[in-house]
Amino acid sequence: MSIGHTLLGLLESGPRHGYDLKRAFDEKFGHDRPLHYGQVYSTMSRLLKNGLVEVDGIEPGGGPERKRYAITEAGITDVQRWLATPEKPEPYLQSTLYTKVVLALLTRRDAGDILDNQRAEHLRLMRILTDRKRKGDLADQLICDHALFHLEADLRWLELTAARLDKLAEVVAQ
Amino acid sequence: MTAPAGSLLTADALRKAYGPTVALDGAEFSIHAGEVVAVMGPSGSGKSTLLHCLAGIVTPDSGSITYNGREMATMNDAQRSALRRSEFGFVFQFGQLVPELTCVENVALPLRLNGASRKAAEQAALTWMERLEVDDLRKKRPGEVSGGQGQRVAVARSLVTDPRVLFADEPTGALDSYNGERVMELLTDAARSTNAAVVLVTHEARVAAYSDREIVVRDGKSRDMERVV
Repeated sequence: MSIGHTLLGLLESGPRHGYDLKRAFDEKFGHDRPLHYGQVYSTMSRLLKNGLVEVDGIEPGGGPERKRYAITEAGITDVQRWLATPEKPEPYLQSTLYTKVVLALLTRRDAGDILDNQRAEHLRLMRILTDRKRKGDLADQLICDHALFHLEADLRWLELTAARLDKLAEVVAQ
Repeated sequence: MTAPAGSLLTADALRKAYGPTVALDGAEFSIHAGEVVAVMGPSGSGKSTLLHCLAGIVTPDSGSITYNGREMATMNDAQRSALRRSEFGFVFQFGQLVPELTCVENVALPLRLNGASRKAAEQAALTWMERLEVDDLRKKRPGEVSGGQGQRVAVARSLVTDPRVLFADEPTGALDSYNGERVMELLTDAARSTNAAVVLVTHEARVAAYSDREIVVRDGKSRDMERVV
């Protein structure tokens, strides 16, 4: 996920301080990984440098000065472009697993065990997400469903691979 | 295998062949009251045969199945039938409702077969239909309701006798994602509230995610993933 684009998107509804941005981000998107303050301020510095946000005001406080950020026209265009661009699918997991399965076959280990263990690990996470979904509100349900469908896709690939292990072993042995 | 203490239903060294085809080749299983166990594996791996053996529908060629401390092999057909009627509940993928009966009559049917009066049976049936959110379908026939609604009626029927073990074989296989998940939510909530054990055969991971643990069946052999780790 692009933190910069997400923070920019949050600014579209009106100017905010860094602290408010972090709170809004964590509340809406940071279920598992809340943002660090350092991430917020380094991201805002970058957006400021690139002309995507501007400082809308500075409030002196007890501690450091509190900057209020506002999104610029260029920032809005940037968010629009990001939203309109589909995400690149990430096939990293399959690549890693494929390597493991092939290595297992090459070294005459049980590749089925690798797939079974991976399935168990996927299911462990899917149970946690399913439980969260059952107890959560609609937003939680939709977020969990998205993760669940992705994990399920991995598992379907696992099942298909498990069904083709004999053929794969022949190919690998060549 | 030594079954974990307190298991309600266990199977050990099950073998079953259909002619030259070996369906089960030393499969093991155990489940506690209130537990939901998914039985997973590819088509033809033997998972449905395992369920049918556990439920006393199919007799294994060898091996032992113990329910509540009783060896199933020592029971005669009548005793096994009585067990299935009073202690076990069943949900399958297709065609389980009697088309000539209304939905409430379908749900009440197991109680009627056990000798309950029509009024008492339908009263109990309605309670379960309310829990499965299909009480408004009471007067409709199965042909007049959607697949998801029909499956909820079937789940209500499987639970109406207050079974100690619920056998569910691909219970959401014919449903879309939304209806499938709703059926699983309602089924597992209802089973947990009555402390029933659920043996859930499925090849769908999102359905299996409603279980407490899974057994994987491959080439007639079972693997308890919880005890592997």
